[in-house]
Amino acid sequence: MRARRGLSHTHVGSLHAPDAELALRNARDLYTRRQEGVSIWVVPASAITASSPDEKDAFFDPAADKVYRHPTFYDVPDGVAHL
Amino acid sequence: MYGNDFSAEDAPGGGLLGEVEAAEAALREAAARGRRGGAPGPDEDLEAYFTEVVDADQKIEPRDWMPEAYRKTLIRQIAQHAHSEIIGMQPEGNWISRAPSLKRKAILLAKVQDEAGHGLYLYAAAETLGISRDELVELLLNGRQKYSSIFNYPTLTWADVGAIGWLVDGAAIVNQVPLCRCSYGPYARAMIRVCKEESFHQRQGYEILHTLAHGTGEQKAMAQDALDRWWYPSLAMFGPPDTDSTHSAQSMAWKIKRFSNDELRQRFVDMCVQQAEILGLTIPDPELRWNESRQAYDFTQPDYDELMRVIKGQGPCNRQRMEHRRRAHADGAWVREAAAAYAAKRVEQKEKVAA
Repeated sequence: MRARRGLSHTHVGSLHAPDAELALRNARDLYTRRQEGVSIWVVPASAITASSPDEKDAFFDPAADKVYRHPTFYDVPDGVAHL
Repeated sequence: MYGNDFSAEDAPGGGLLGEVEAAEAALREAAARGRRGGAPGPDEDLEAYFTEVVDADQKIEPRDWMPEAYRKTLIRQIAQHAHSEIIGMQPEGNWISRAPSLKRKAILLAKVQDEAGHGLYLYAAAETLGISRDELVELLLNGRQKYSSIFNYPTLTWADVGAIGWLVDGAAIVNQVPLCRCSYGPYARAMIRVCKEESFHQRQGYEILHTLAHGTGEQKAMAQDALDRWWYPSLAMFGPPDTDSTHSAQSMAWKIKRFSNDELRQRFVDMCVQQAEILGLTIPDPELRWNESRQAYDFTQPDYDELMRVIKGQGPCNRQRMEHRRRAHADGAWVREAAAAYAAKRVEQKEKVAA
């Protein structure tokens, strides 16, 4: 669901529907009763591939030792502007 | 302030709605805090990992390992909660066609539709634990799972719609606000959504009673009669007294439950007294009085024998509620079948075009 123009879509919940068209209508009825969104995407749960929590450490490991990817890693000499 | 696990400063909106917002903020904050390295290592004790996550006020998510009893307890609790929302549509639905004005009718329709929505959020949360909605519906229809006993009382007058909003939804909110901090992520998130919507329900009920209580003598008497009939059943919604409550200790340790039945009941009474005064109505309890030393109201306990009878099926409307639910489910079968047949036909047509 996109809450307002300019924001990205965010997951809001699940529902049952026989097809995509009805899934959209059901999502409108269930998740936008108070104008919570201006755009809805629906995806069948079976079409989602998820990473497994069991392999979380190994899977995300490559990013764990690369502190130099963050700007705070670098020492900036005193007095340098616009950096 | 109603909770003892978080301070007043956390509640931006004040009152119960503020607590919901605080719970939502705590959920985000806990997620940002993370825990040590992430998932359990291959040799790590899964139970110790689970306990560590719960103790750190982090959320357990659907694909995490969890004790079988935790899963079962949650399925039972979330399902009964979902069933209550669905059955709870009936007592108020009874008055949609007889609401006193178009405005009241539109509001009541929206409220009853909300209850259906709450049931669906909760069924979806239960499904993440590995049970299907069809199975849960079946468990309700064949009577193996229960719903809140309060919905087995009849709505005799329009004032009952007000009393349900104020007292029944009010008690539900007091019960549910702490559930926004439940250790199971999908349940906590569903409860945050539900609680935000429930506060509209409670206020609309209060407004109905306020209008009646400041109307003609007859209208005021009708409001008082509704309060007289709904007060004790509402107190009973918090369940048996702590001394007789069977599931509490383990649920507390798992952070599924945060406060005991008696604590929540007391909190509800303390809130209602002043609200009843502003309505100009009298809570039907001659023993109700402020206790300076406890800093809380003393009150008469509801009749727990009656509660047990109603739970066991001997309430005024148990049979009617279940018959109606079974009939509605059976009458809706052709709609589900037609939608499925239409979807299948569309897939077939697409395949033909593709071939």
